[in-house]
Amino acid sequence: MTISRQLSLPALAVLLVASAVAAVTFGPADITPQEVWSVIAHHFGLIPDSPVSRLRDAIVWELRLPRVVTALCVGAGLALSGAVMQALTRNPLADPYLLGLSSGAALGAVSFALAGLTLLMPVGAFFGSLAALACALLVARLLGGATPSRAILAGISISALASAMTSLLIFWFATGDSYREILSWLLGSLSGSLWTDAGLSLLVLVVCLPIILANGRALDAFAFGDTAAASLGVDVARLRWTLLGATALLTGVMVAIGGAIGFVGLVVPHAVRLAIGAGHRRLLPHVTLAGAIFMLWTDTAARTLFDPRELPVGIITALIGAPVFLLVLLRYRRIT
Amino acid sequence: MSLTVTALSVEKSGTPILADVGFTVSSGRITGLIGPNGAGKSTLLSALIGLVPASGRIAFEGNDLPAMHRRDRAQLLAFVEQSAVTEERLSVRDVVALGRIPYEATWQTEPSADDTNVIAQALADTGTTDFADRRFATLSGGEQQRVHVARALAQQPRLLLLDEPTSHLDIRGQLQLLALLRQKAEAGMTIFIALHDLNLASRYCDHLVVLDRGRCAAQGVPADILTPELLRTVYGVAARLVFDEANHRPLIVYDEAIAGAHAQIPD
Repeated sequence: MTISRQLSLPALAVLLVASAVAAVTFGPADITPQEVWSVIAHHFGLIPDSPVSRLRDAIVWELRLPRVVTALCVGAGLALSGAVMQALTRNPLADPYLLGLSSGAALGAVSFALAGLTLLMPVGAFFGSLAALACALLVARLLGGATPSRAILAGISISALASAMTSLLIFWFATGDSYREILSWLLGSLSGSLWTDAGLSLLVLVVCLPIILANGRALDAFAFGDTAAASLGVDVARLRWTLLGATALLTGVMVAIGGAIGFVGLVVPHAVRLAIGAGHRRLLPHVTLAGAIFMLWTDTAARTLFDPRELPVGIITALIGAPVFLLVLLRYRRIT
Repeated sequence: MSLTVTALSVEKSGTPILADVGFTVSSGRITGLIGPNGAGKSTLLSALIGLVPASGRIAFEGNDLPAMHRRDRAQLLAFVEQSAVTEERLSVRDVVALGRIPYEATWQTEPSADDTNVIAQALADTGTTDFADRRFATLSGGEQQRVHVARALAQQPRLLLLDEPTSHLDIRGQLQLLALLRQKAEAGMTIFIALHDLNLASRYCDHLVVLDRGRCAAQGVPADILTPELLRTVYGVAARLVFDEANHRPLIVYDEAIAGAHAQIPD
């Protein structure tokens, strides 16, 4: 028991690296794991003359690796956001997608894109998700306290409004090309991810992860609510705004990159909780790695299952996530 | 003279909830906070733990409580709510371990040897060791409340505040909880407890503070405080006091609610 306690995190890390290498080999062009290592070593300057042809090198380095790294970071970010929101709002159903953050981020990103500020899409997404979160919590409060079902209903209404406004913007302003691009992105897709996407998602993850992990124990203190947390010495207001800000940033940027990929923040934390328990100091790092692995494999399935056609990965996560949502709903039916 | 509250006032959106409240709570005693619904008992406790901004002075053993760092304050005083539930999959031991949070380092991953000892002692003190590994959510209300007290004891507080901790318990649970607090007071802890049941307050408290519509109406030993006059003016009830020889405490026998007594605002 104690050995498995200590080994579960390294085991996940090993699984993550192995999954990443395996995922790069999957696809229409057959690539071996050795080739993957060679390409990576070559680009890091470890071997001057790569044994891999330039075309195959480009497939690995320009197409598949950036997409794999992006998938890992987006998955980690969305799963982590879900776990933090569930603890902060004491709502087992909280998820960036269900609370309307993803739709808000999409609205913000599309507004910026249509205004010609394509490079600032992540900024628009961040403000969009922050605004959606604030609206959802405000609506829930107006309904008389943020119970889980009220927060979800508030999230649905905010989400519907943001989606409608996004559609209106696209309908009104978008031209043929940008129309198709935005539509595929809205369904949630990591196709066409570049190193800039991978780098940005990694950067945001690297910034937010330590902030969130450092407050893991304070999140435990929220198990019995704000008053209990405060009486244990937690600065409730500061912690709430810090962590909601970090989640809004994570969600906003991940949505700007991958579109509205739903349910990752719901499925992964609940699965990990069942496996290792509720303490956040252990839960959060596990959720980060498990979310990365989950996203990587669903995205790999999305691009290979119906080859040469590609499925938006948001469809796969929803196919897995919606039934999980129902299960969680049934499990917690007493409190909703 | 351990906890001293002077000229404490609290306003919520312009309405005064507490006005110029002053009293003292002696160390090593159980002091009861009584008063009808809406008198401001919960607000007073919230102000003492720093949840509600208040004017006035709150001093405990030479410390100015509102000015203290949150973490230091959480090592000095602990708070038990009326009933607090969770949907997290926490064991009883996990819940008690929350009480060590004010002592933990940021990146600490496992409880220290000291933490483990304090947690074990808190479980033993509250008689909850036997179900330490059960899930908190599966316990009865009385058992849950004992676990909350264990969590508060794990904070190793010198001042323990409780907000009507007995209101969801059956009579056996109420007596067990108050007997436990009595032990803790005899061991030197200062206990300030809001109570609904005046006979329990009379039986277990050394000292009473009476709140009425945001003001401190009286304070003193139960025998002096609990009078037909006070019950009529503060609670709006006609009642008689009989003396319980066995416990040397006054017992209240209620007769009826007095028509036209002041309207009560629910909490």
